[in-house]
Amino acid sequence: MQWTINGRVREAEIDFRTSLLDLLREHLDLIGTRKGCNQGACGACTVLVDGERINACLALAVQYQGRSITTVEGLAQDAELHPVQQAFVEHDGFQCGYCTPGQLCSALGMAGELRRGMPSAVTTDLTSDDIAPSHEELRERMSGNLCRCGAYNGITAAIASTLATEGRS
Amino acid sequence: MSASNERDRTHAGVALARDYRTPDGQPDPLSALDQPRIGAPLSRVDGLQKVTGGARFAAEFALEGMVHAALAYSTIARGRITTLDTAAAEAAPGVVLVMTHDNAPTLQSPPVFLTTAQGAAGDDHPVLQNDQVHWNGQPIAVVLAETPEQAEHAASLIRAEYAPEPAVTDFRTAATREPDNVLGGPPSVSVGDAEQAFGTAPRRVDAIYRTPRHNHNAIEPHAVTLAWHDDELMLHDASQCVDHVAYSLAQVFGIAESQVHVSSPFVGGGFGSKTLWQHQILAAAAARVADRPVRLALSREGVHRVVGGRACTEQRVAIGADEQGHFRALIHTGKAAMTAHNNLPEPFTQATRCLYGADHVQLAIRVADLDMLANTFMRAPGESVGTFALESAIDELAEQLDLDPLELRRRNEPERDPTSGLPFSSRHLLEASRAGAERFGWDQRSARPGERYEGEWQIGLGCATATYPYMRMPGAAARITLSRSGAARVDVAAHEMGMGTATVQTQVAAARLGLPVEQVRFNYGDSSLAGVVLAGGSQQTAAIGGAVIAAHRALVEALLELVDGDSPLAGLTIDEIECRDGGLGAVADSARFETYDRILARAGRDELAIEADAAESEELSHFSMHSFGMIFCEAAVSAVTGEVRIRRLLGSFDCGRVLNAKTAASQFRGGMIMGLGLALMEETQFDTRSGRIMNPSLAEYHVPVQMDVPEIEVMWTDIPDPHTPMGARGIGELGITGVGAAVANAVYNACGRRVRELPITLDKLL
Repeated sequence: MQWTINGRVREAEIDFRTSLLDLLREHLDLIGTRKGCNQGACGACTVLVDGERINACLALAVQYQGRSITTVEGLAQDAELHPVQQAFVEHDGFQCGYCTPGQLCSALGMAGELRRGMPSAVTTDLTSDDIAPSHEELRERMSGNLCRCGAYNGITAAIASTLATEGRS
Repeated sequence: MSASNERDRTHAGVALARDYRTPDGQPDPLSALDQPRIGAPLSRVDGLQKVTGGARFAAEFALEGMVHAALAYSTIARGRITTLDTAAAEAAPGVVLVMTHDNAPTLQSPPVFLTTAQGAAGDDHPVLQNDQVHWNGQPIAVVLAETPEQAEHAASLIRAEYAPEPAVTDFRTAATREPDNVLGGPPSVSVGDAEQAFGTAPRRVDAIYRTPRHNHNAIEPHAVTLAWHDDELMLHDASQCVDHVAYSLAQVFGIAESQVHVSSPFVGGGFGSKTLWQHQILAAAAARVADRPVRLALSREGVHRVVGGRACTEQRVAIGADEQGHFRALIHTGKAAMTAHNNLPEPFTQATRCLYGADHVQLAIRVADLDMLANTFMRAPGESVGTFALESAIDELAEQLDLDPLELRRRNEPERDPTSGLPFSSRHLLEASRAGAERFGWDQRSARPGERYEGEWQIGLGCATATYPYMRMPGAAARITLSRSGAARVDVAAHEMGMGTATVQTQVAAARLGLPVEQVRFNYGDSSLAGVVLAGGSQQTAAIGGAVIAAHRALVEALLELVDGDSPLAGLTIDEIECRDGGLGAVADSARFETYDRILARAGRDELAIEADAAESEELSHFSMHSFGMIFCEAAVSAVTGEVRIRRLLGSFDCGRVLNAKTAASQFRGGMIMGLGLALMEETQFDTRSGRIMNPSLAEYHVPVQMDVPEIEVMWTDIPDPHTPMGARGIGELGITGVGAAVANAVYNACGRRVRELPITLDKLL
């Protein structure tokens, strides 16, 4: 079986019961994608599939052949950190670091949702195609990623600064 | 910070710390406010590994020939296993071993935390040694298989039958007893006759407060990957006490502590939970029987079955005061759930021992022994739930007296520790309160509840005192290796679970040695390193600090012995020396200086390595030592649904010197967020009929998410404690204390409902 992960084709022979999360962690040594609950409650396993965020623990690996999967290991380019990774370091958007890869992938998926004008529960103007990434919007949209160390303020600050920089460039 | 600025700062010399522990001792020179590298907001040294996914946690090591473990758990609280049918599991694909009490190797009972110096176990039950069941969820079998899927499937095929025995599972009706000790001290403390004084006081509050069970729920579930090499056991563990675990496992397997090697460089949150529980013992025993390396990664449910949490409590706080609010009697008593097999009566009266002056004091803790998984330490055991009761009662008394609750607290600020009689090493709670009140806008609080509306939302302000003791436990040591290049490595068997230890200790060692941060490496998370250092009781920073002070002195002494007559340092004694600019220099004489490189080169040495033990924590016999703070909260309560939203939260702390403003602020916020969870949503639901935990998942045990957390402001006095290493006191647990009451008091101020039972869910406000 074959998957496209971080731009590379990867092969593995797996039990059909294997989740995408376990494929990454147990078969491909992509351990950055984390297992916090294995039931879609914590977001530590968030990866990007064709640019959209999903919980890898709730996905069967066999169903994701032929899709483009991005994990935390694929965010830095040519040893250069992605701006959101750099911002997490600067704004202290983590403590223990276990949930961090999921937070990072979730932030990137969320940025795409904002760009596409996808409203959230706190969006007031549902017709807007230019939703401002307010603190409220970021908090609402990142609420699927738990951080027990409580780095929430740093996480939203890091994402806000990254989005602001993107907006300027 | 500009490059030239940074250069100027490294030029500042640091003299050697002398004895900071005694009343006439001298403060650690590093605590001085003109030491600007202390407190600098350095980003985490392990940040790159954490944002790239490069940090490898315990379940992420793959060993040659490794098999995967899964557990089967009991479904009764107490009794005997009569049948354990493992045939289907043994026949399942990929299964290598099914281990039960019938075929487990002989194991000694694990030494319990706080019963011996390095006991690490949550309870002393023998592991898989007989057919007895002691709690609902106790492991009854381990399956090893070639893949995790095969192990889990096979474990699900195990069938058990039981002969149940009567179990005590209802905290409300269970008999209570006085525990032997509370954290090594007496279970009760009395000053004068508090009940008598309370009876005659003109102003009184007397109420019962209840707090539920909690679980740590670190996002990394407990896991271990281990292998035996002959009689030596090597573990990749998720641990906040590597040496304690090595010692305790050695006891269980009847081998020497030196035969157990625990490595734990990255830990995905601990909060008191990452000690020794049955999973490491089961994995090691199964690995021995199967003669294969084993990985045992607990599921989220498994964590709730195998790893204990915070006990539930029922507390009485009674305060008798005069008309001016001076406390005549302060009574804080009650009970907590415990078991007969562990040693942690949830110490909810700890904060009450030191916070307020009262003429008469009575504190007492009783425990109810239940047939349940042993309770354990969870972030600020005692203070986090004890301050909910105490600080709520003070709010209730303030209202009765028509006093601002901050003013009532001020009137009862003690001169000395009210129960030990010792002077405080450093107590600036009133300064912290004043500064916090000003920043928060406390003067906008309406004294009467229910007066401020915004649409359907009722708005209220509340505050509560935070406190947690300073500790420095025995056993810490540090090894410093200084190289010709001017690089230094500091080795301590300490832990980084996100607190910032790796970063802060690098910063501190660099400042002490007069080296740039880039030249210093702090090496930790391995039982083979120097000393025994528990990451608990908020003591790790001070413990490491004390050890590095001792090793630093020994290192400089050794360097001075290498100095010959040609050196500009010749003839100087150690107390005339300071470390600066990558070398040693004379205090107040910039001309007399020599680099480490030249000293070592002259002596023909490539490096110098020195290990030393920290001095005993004598400071604790001279002083009452605590961190303090005031938590301010603005809550909004929906008059329609009873929903509570926290709109603002501020913590103003007096914790000695802050060592890294960035990581300290994060740690405070993290503690305060866990406090919001305690206040509003967290509860481990326990079926009082079956003794089973009913919500062993993150879907049903609610922890705060982004949307529950406002921008949290934190501030600190930064007044150095003259009697601690670096002038600092621990902060890991301080942040959670007081938050429960600050929220409850804000909710009361918003809507006039006094909730005395956590969590404050909307049903209690309708």
